[in-house]
Amino acid sequence: MTEAIQVEGLTKTYPTSKDRPPLRAVDGVDFSVHAGEVFGFLGPNGAGKTTTIRMLTGLTRPTAGRASLLGLDLAGDLPRIKKRIGVVPEASNLYDELTAFDNLVFAMQLYGVPRPERKPRAEALLERFRLSEKRDAPFAKLSRGMKRALTIAAALAHHPPLVFLDEPTTGLDVMSARSLRQMIAGLRNEGVTVFLTTHYMEEAERLCDRIAILVKGRIVALDSVAQLKSQTQGAPVVEISLRDAAGQVQVRRVETPGGVDAAVRQALQQAEGYEILKIDTLQPSLEDVFVKLTGLSAEAMLAEKGGKGGGNANG
Amino acid sequence: MLTDDLRGMFYIALKDLKAYYFKPPNISWGILFPFAFILAFAIRNPGDLRALVPGLLALTILFGTSSMEAIVIVFERRIGSLERLMLAPVRLPALLAGKLLGGMTFGLTVTLVVLVVSLAIFGTTGTNWLILFLALLLSAMAFSALGAFVSVAVREIFEAQTLANFVRFPMMFLGGVFVPLTSMPTWLQSIARLLPLTYSVEALRIALTGGAWTTAALDLGALTTFSVVLFVLAVYTLARHAE
Repeated sequence: MTEAIQVEGLTKTYPTSKDRPPLRAVDGVDFSVHAGEVFGFLGPNGAGKTTTIRMLTGLTRPTAGRASLLGLDLAGDLPRIKKRIGVVPEASNLYDELTAFDNLVFAMQLYGVPRPERKPRAEALLERFRLSEKRDAPFAKLSRGMKRALTIAAALAHHPPLVFLDEPTTGLDVMSARSLRQMIAGLRNEGVTVFLTTHYMEEAERLCDRIAILVKGRIVALDSVAQLKSQTQGAPVVEISLRDAAGQVQVRRVETPGGVDAAVRQALQQAEGYEILKIDTLQPSLEDVFVKLTGLSAEAMLAEKGGKGGGNANG
Repeated sequence: MLTDDLRGMFYIALKDLKAYYFKPPNISWGILFPFAFILAFAIRNPGDLRALVPGLLALTILFGTSSMEAIVIVFERRIGSLERLMLAPVRLPALLAGKLLGGMTFGLTVTLVVLVVSLAIFGTTGTNWLILFLALLLSAMAFSALGAFVSVAVREIFEAQTLANFVRFPMMFLGGVFVPLTSMPTWLQSIARLLPLTYSVEALRIALTGGAWTTAALDLGALTTFSVVLFVLAVYTLARHAE
């Protein structure tokens, strides 16, 4: 399988004050991203996600380790790498004074897209991201969701085979986030490799082929969503909804190490004398996996999301 | 790689001119501000008005190039769009050279307006066009590099404006714009010799009213040195901040 990104021992340390050891923002991470997949990079705030992206895109030099992108060595071929990657940072950072169309054209000029291709390509991107009506509107006048969409469009302006998306839907309303997720899914269908960081577990679960979970600069898990869930799954949990003679509804959970069948049997024993309304086996969500691996509490997870803006992954 | 750098430089300059420079307030400020200063001085000391033209031109280039240049980089860094440029296949010196080119183009454009008006009033007799051209070009380069250095050295826009004024205003009064260098005390002349505006005014004076070739050559050499040193310092500082 062709690798779009290969990373070995990538490390970034920042100097701190004299009496403190250097801060290891990223601590010897190893991973590879297959060509054409959507690769999720998850972790709590300060885990080193953005620092990793900054190193891989040439904004910050690694302290140690090596990486290659699209078969090119990061240390030696950075200018060639830059021509072939697109980056969408956490903040939409196009030019307020330029129109949507001019921002796209400028992105193409910077990356050397031939002049005859610029206008039709810009029009096509505006169309694809449903921004044609805002073609001549200054970036400053666009809504937050439109700004985000245009920032992604600008990152795609030079046809990069590899795109970095740093928290693409953070702070967006439900509809805008949903629309952007559809666009990201569309990228995979076109064979573009996507390196995605997000705080939204549902989003990662829905979009990503594989996920790496980063905690304190180290990767603590890397696998497909299904594999991560199965590795993390503990004793099976069966949830049974019952109604007693007085019409009161109760929900009971049964957890046994003896497997799903044993749990169901135990649940049915508890149901004697009740009307069984529903019986379910509960699967762990990606959020459960994340919480287990990062050691974050449910409250901390909420604070993480709150700190990064609203939005959810519905849709 | 060089083609990428040159292309990037050109389009960054073009984008800056479109997005920031060629706006009515900038154009009017760039032209009116030096005129207002010179007019005030001329009213107080009505003498040889032609002698004030080199200073007027030098001030126009100084304010035309550095006013926006001093805030454009810090502004783009604040809103994150400088990072966008740093992600593009353009090396840092070329990126900064693009910024300088934008400031220079704007500064030279407004100066050209002032020059045409001045020459229409006072005539072109005795003008050395080669020195004039080089003095304008190198002054624009030096002042644009000064603006870029100010812009990368600070983190906030108000800091950039304060620092730019802290450098420009003393330079305006010591650089020979209003008072000839020879009439200043020796110690003040020594300070004036550390300022790029002094060389700009002197070279423009020689270009418009005559003077020694050798002095003009030294002035142009000094402006080139200021440009290179300030540019290298700006690239170095920006690279450090980027890390």
